[in-house]
Amino acid sequence: MKKELFILSVVVAFSLLTYWLVEPFAHSQMHPHVEIEGFKYSGASDIAEVDNKISKIRKDIEKQKAQETPDSKKLAMLDADMQAAENRREAKKVFWADVERIASLKGDASRGEGVYANCTGCHMEGAAPMGGVIPPNLKTAGALYERQYLIGLIKDPAMASNVDHKFSIVRNHQMDSVKYMVTTDQDIVDVIAYMEASAPKAEEITPKVAFEDACGRCHDVRYKNWTITGTKPSFKDKRDEMAFDIAHLDAQEGIKGYMGKLPPDLSMYIRSRGEHYIKAFVEDPQQLLLGTSMPRVGVNAESAEKVIAYLEEAGDPKKAERNRIGTYVMVYMIFFIIVAFLWKKQIWRDLH
Amino acid sequence: MAKFTKATSVKDWLNQRLAIEKVEKVMASEYWIPKNINFLWAMGMVLAITFALLLVSGIFLLMYYQPNVETAFDSVNYTIMQEVGFGWLWRHIHAVAASVVFLIIYIHMLTGIYYGSYKKGREMIWISGMLLFVTFSAEAFSGYMLPWGQMSYWAGMVITNLFSAGSLELNGVVEWIRGDYVPGQAFLNRFFMLHVLLLPLAIIGLIGIHFAALRIPHVNNQDGEEIDFEVESKKYLDGDKAGSKVIRFANDFMSKDMFVVSIFLMFFFYLVFWNYGFAMDPVNFDPADGLVTPAHIYPEWYFLWSYEILRPFSKDLGLIAFAIAQVIFFALPFMDRSDNVAPANRRGAFKIWFWLMVVDLIVLTAMGKLPPEGAFNTIGLIAALVFFALWIALPFITKSEKKL
Repeated sequence: MKKELFILSVVVAFSLLTYWLVEPFAHSQMHPHVEIEGFKYSGASDIAEVDNKISKIRKDIEKQKAQETPDSKKLAMLDADMQAAENRREAKKVFWADVERIASLKGDASRGEGVYANCTGCHMEGAAPMGGVIPPNLKTAGALYERQYLIGLIKDPAMASNVDHKFSIVRNHQMDSVKYMVTTDQDIVDVIAYMEASAPKAEEITPKVAFEDACGRCHDVRYKNWTITGTKPSFKDKRDEMAFDIAHLDAQEGIKGYMGKLPPDLSMYIRSRGEHYIKAFVEDPQQLLLGTSMPRVGVNAESAEKVIAYLEEAGDPKKAERNRIGTYVMVYMIFFIIVAFLWKKQIWRDLH
Repeated sequence: MAKFTKATSVKDWLNQRLAIEKVEKVMASEYWIPKNINFLWAMGMVLAITFALLLVSGIFLLMYYQPNVETAFDSVNYTIMQEVGFGWLWRHIHAVAASVVFLIIYIHMLTGIYYGSYKKGREMIWISGMLLFVTFSAEAFSGYMLPWGQMSYWAGMVITNLFSAGSLELNGVVEWIRGDYVPGQAFLNRFFMLHVLLLPLAIIGLIGIHFAALRIPHVNNQDGEEIDFEVESKKYLDGDKAGSKVIRFANDFMSKDMFVVSIFLMFFFYLVFWNYGFAMDPVNFDPADGLVTPAHIYPEWYFLWSYEILRPFSKDLGLIAFAIAQVIFFALPFMDRSDNVAPANRRGAFKIWFWLMVVDLIVLTAMGKLPPEGAFNTIGLIAALVFFALWIALPFITKSEKKL
């Protein structure tokens, strides 16, 4: 008996060691851990990303200089990259400090309603696509998004959503015109106060609505019949269905043009990426996929939970059933072990 | 023709035609197993049970799975996992069992190596077991293609590419295996056929041979002692159960087997419900996309050691090393030049050989998964070289082993 337990412990120890090496340890090496800030949008990760880039360029410069005959053309290019990156870091620092300062102002919802009239030119029911995307309906925006983020977005959309790298030279962000409509800091907080006051209460927003409004304009979820053109109904007539599908394909084409690539269907993302990855990605897409065209969406912590809940419903709806059945099976197994043990004992009584 | 008399009972009727009593004796009550064994001897039964779980869960999955590149992913992840009642349970059982079966196979193999259960008449047990290992590997690989996720697609791409044989550039062979230039419908269909028909048939046949190979040399025991089964079984049947060195397969050995199986199943179902990530790679929950290569491509954990033997060398050398690693374990009974059938800890240098091999396989497994950069590369290369050094050393250290 003692010997068997010793052998068992050797087998278990080697198995666990192997498991630890190929699972937790290997994954920690392949996917470095990313912290979640808690959907506060202080800009810390935005600045850290540029810092990383700067230290990378610095290493390349040192490498180039260490060579016997440094390539002067390459060096000049690296110097220019360095200059651009340093400017970007400075711009981001100034921007997020501004956001911080504006956030301390108090908004006036009734004044904000007047300012909000500027927004409804684009943000309305049945809005036309602008450069590939349809401007979102803002009914739920005041409850879905973090105030700090909204301040940033109105001040400078590309900066707040951390996609300024896409717009630096050749074209403007689709929403750039807001800079000429909502011009003062007070206007910004006023219009947000109005949006917050006119939005439904947070507890009235379901996971489905949170997902559809925050993510569903770009991402399909086919396991929930969600498409970027709305929920796909069941059609009686094949022609109606085809018409729906064509409109859907057209909308995808538009987004593809804007993003460079079709945003993925998120049906199985809760299993393929997991909760932590999705949260970190939603908070700042750049920190996990540098250079991605996905803008930061700016959901608050509560909405992020709702988005996760929706994705769980789509990709892992049997979780509760799994836990329940699992518990029953464990209880059954304990009985199985007891019976098997007693049977063995009875039979081996004569054998020893 | 045999003589048949009027049957006195159903049992007698069957006995005259099928000799069921004789069969029961041969297969169970008078199939003699040494008494001096530990729980590692139950791994055969654990494997049989796990194979049964794979077979049964596979039959249920087969009712809804669609081997079509357009619908395969959704038939698994939506139809089976969400729409079909308890479909998720069958899939989790199938996926976890497919992974855990290799853990048990490795324990079973290493038990055989440790106790010297592969020589002096037991060579065919070892060889048929190795054939089972290879067939199980093919079965696991072909099954991994079926959900048609990112890892299915890219593992299929990488592994079939190996058949171009490096610098020989036999691209025609690769196309012939795939039925296309890249993994596609033809590829999925043929791996589906292999997974649900040809390979399971081969496995069932090989299990039969593996069991049959045990008959004449008998099961080994903890001390490698040569037992006179005639004398000992007579002692047992005469009533001296405690004094006999053998026990019946059923129910004596079976009762111990089932106790081990019960513990194993508890562990297994814990994995099925709460810790299945190691067997169901998250990356494979992304649908196959020939235009997007995953950041890290690695095989399932049980192939990692041989994958790492492929990886640290140049293309051609790596392929040769890989090919040797796949078959070298077949040669074990012939490379061990010692006559001793005994646990490794009594065999001098072989004891060190055994534990070095275990550690080396684990190191190779870990390095096979880690990204091939920096220190991991060096450790992987050393471990691969140690693997071959151990095999080269084996005949020499066993030849000079003292006779026990």
